[in-house]
Amino acid sequence: MDSKTAMIEVREVRKYFKHVKAVDGIDLTIKKGEFIALLGPNGAGKTTLVEMIEGIQKPDHGEIFIDNKTWKKNEKELHQLVGLSLQETRFFEKISVLETLRLFASFYNLDDQRIDEVLKLINLEEKKDAWVVNLSGGQRQRLALGIAILNKPEVLLLDEPTTGLDPTARREVWDILKKLKKELNTTLILTTHYMEEASYLCERIIIMDSGKILAQGTLKELLSKHIKGEVIMFSTQEKFDEKHLPSREKVHNVMIEPNQTEVEILVEDLVSYLPEFLNKFQSEGINLTSLECRKMTLDDLFINMTGKHLNA
Amino acid sequence: MKQFLQLISINFKEFYREPGIIFWAVLFPILMAWGLGIAFKQKGDLVQKIALVSDNETWITKNENWNRLIEESENQSGFTIGNKKMGETHYIMMSVSWNEAVQMLKKGVTEMIIKIENDSLQFHFDPHNPEAELSYLQLKAALNGSDIAKNTIDFVPMEQKGTRYIDFLVPGLLCMSVMMSCMWGISYGLIDKRSKKLLRRMVATPMNKSTFLAAQFVARLGLGFLEAFLLILFCYFYFNISISGSIIAFLLVFIAGNIAFTGIAIFTSSRTAETRVGNGLVNVVVMPMMILSGIFFSYHNFPDWAVKIIEKLPLTLMADYTRSVFIEGAGIADVIYPVVLLTVMGVAFSAVGLRIYKWY
Repeated sequence: MDSKTAMIEVREVRKYFKHVKAVDGIDLTIKKGEFIALLGPNGAGKTTLVEMIEGIQKPDHGEIFIDNKTWKKNEKELHQLVGLSLQETRFFEKISVLETLRLFASFYNLDDQRIDEVLKLINLEEKKDAWVVNLSGGQRQRLALGIAILNKPEVLLLDEPTTGLDPTARREVWDILKKLKKELNTTLILTTHYMEEASYLCERIIIMDSGKILAQGTLKELLSKHIKGEVIMFSTQEKFDEKHLPSREKVHNVMIEPNQTEVEILVEDLVSYLPEFLNKFQSEGINLTSLECRKMTLDDLFINMTGKHLNA
Repeated sequence: MKQFLQLISINFKEFYREPGIIFWAVLFPILMAWGLGIAFKQKGDLVQKIALVSDNETWITKNENWNRLIEESENQSGFTIGNKKMGETHYIMMSVSWNEAVQMLKKGVTEMIIKIENDSLQFHFDPHNPEAELSYLQLKAALNGSDIAKNTIDFVPMEQKGTRYIDFLVPGLLCMSVMMSCMWGISYGLIDKRSKKLLRRMVATPMNKSTFLAAQFVARLGLGFLEAFLLILFCYFYFNISISGSIIAFLLVFIAGNIAFTGIAIFTSSRTAETRVGNGLVNVVVMPMMILSGIFFSYHNFPDWAVKIIEKLPLTLMADYTRSVFIEGAGIADVIYPVVLLTVMGVAFSAVGLRIYKWY
């Protein structure tokens, strides 16, 4: 990757806590205007990595450059350059939306015109006089996002901006971010454990677990590179045993739920395997209560890589 | 039942896995008990200083019984009333002039003046002060018919401005509200912002940290002025209290007190992100001073060694000198010492606090 267009560079960064290797040797280059998603379950190290990029935490080892600047030497400039929203920030409860925006705008020397623009962008014009305590979860997240984009940051770092929101509220946040990309060519790092969010918003998805990057690329690349095959999900009336599966060599992975009646298998070629599968079940008298076939998703990839669900 | 036990167990675990809470819930009360226990060692073994005034100065020295009493007072044993079970009160008689006696009363060194006039005893004190009333009743009962007081015993209420209990109380309350406002407003407020991650969100902008803290100080000072103004206004109309000394001197002490408590508040809030621990931290600062600093009752009843420490506490310094401006008519020159000391305290506490401050 051409380092001239690199907006964020993370080099061999490590951060260990007492019992956890939160970030364990990460290298990452993000181009100007690129939207990337850090995808991983809780405890994967996403927040620690993002907070190091935000300058909130210091790496034990390694270096981070934003626009060729470091937090140590260029704190003031970087504060102007970066906009962020932290996980679960609770703003002043009995202060209104407008007052909150005004306060933060004062830190960047911004005028009321910018506040109006942001209010419009985050769609909180009608709620501008409402106290923060009276906002819904989605409105609060939009306020946090509004504060993050007040200074028209070149780099936007959002830590789980839609966690806990219902699908409509989530979609509203996504629309705002899409607009930003189009209008300002912002560089974005977003952490999430929603695969859909990552694939909808971001060009590049980075899958993290236990402080390491497991895989990265566009959704297409990830799926074609790491995922070969399709999933058959079924449930049986009686407890199911793996030995009933035909042509075991064609099955990449078998996951039987603890109740032993719900099963997920990963096969290379659904079209050739499914008839074989159904014939065997019929001949052995195994009664299926449900059957579903689908393409593999990032979540399946994740389970394959880590043994964990994404939003576990 | 299992559920119940599990719930109890979780409650205990939550408690003991939070070391801060253990300190405040278990150790702090023990430390307070220890501290106060030392201060009030031998419960009831109280020392009360009584200002003794005679219209005829030689009368006391000539009178064998009074002379003996004053000599005993000088040995700190004084005139003892009570018994071991109930606790004893030693009345230390201090022979002084009337003006000195009034001064002692205003400073809270004594709560009562005994005036000997034409061989009769006049007890001067504010009838609204329960401690003084108790002393009066004890002394009256003990002295009645004794060879010390052969003549009549009279009670004269002290209602002259500056000698009443309310005159003593109001300046103290004023200072206490500054302490409370700074400690809860700034200290607890900052800890709360840290726990909500609001503090780290704010410092992740170009916001200037010193501006942020200065704003806390100025906002509190403004609120403090308003609170003080309302309190003084109320007391002026209701109790006829006024500032007899220099208003500028009062303002200086007031601002210096705010600096001191803002500094302490910043120091107190420098590390924890737990509001429960913050609660304890604020209390550990506020409680001892509320009890010791002579807000509600005079700290001169504590042993001498304790008084020396208490006098240096910021709330004591502020309250003592606010009182001296209010009721003794102190001027700017009289308050330079506390103003400097309080400002130095404030600056020192802020400096140390900021060195270890956890912004993120």
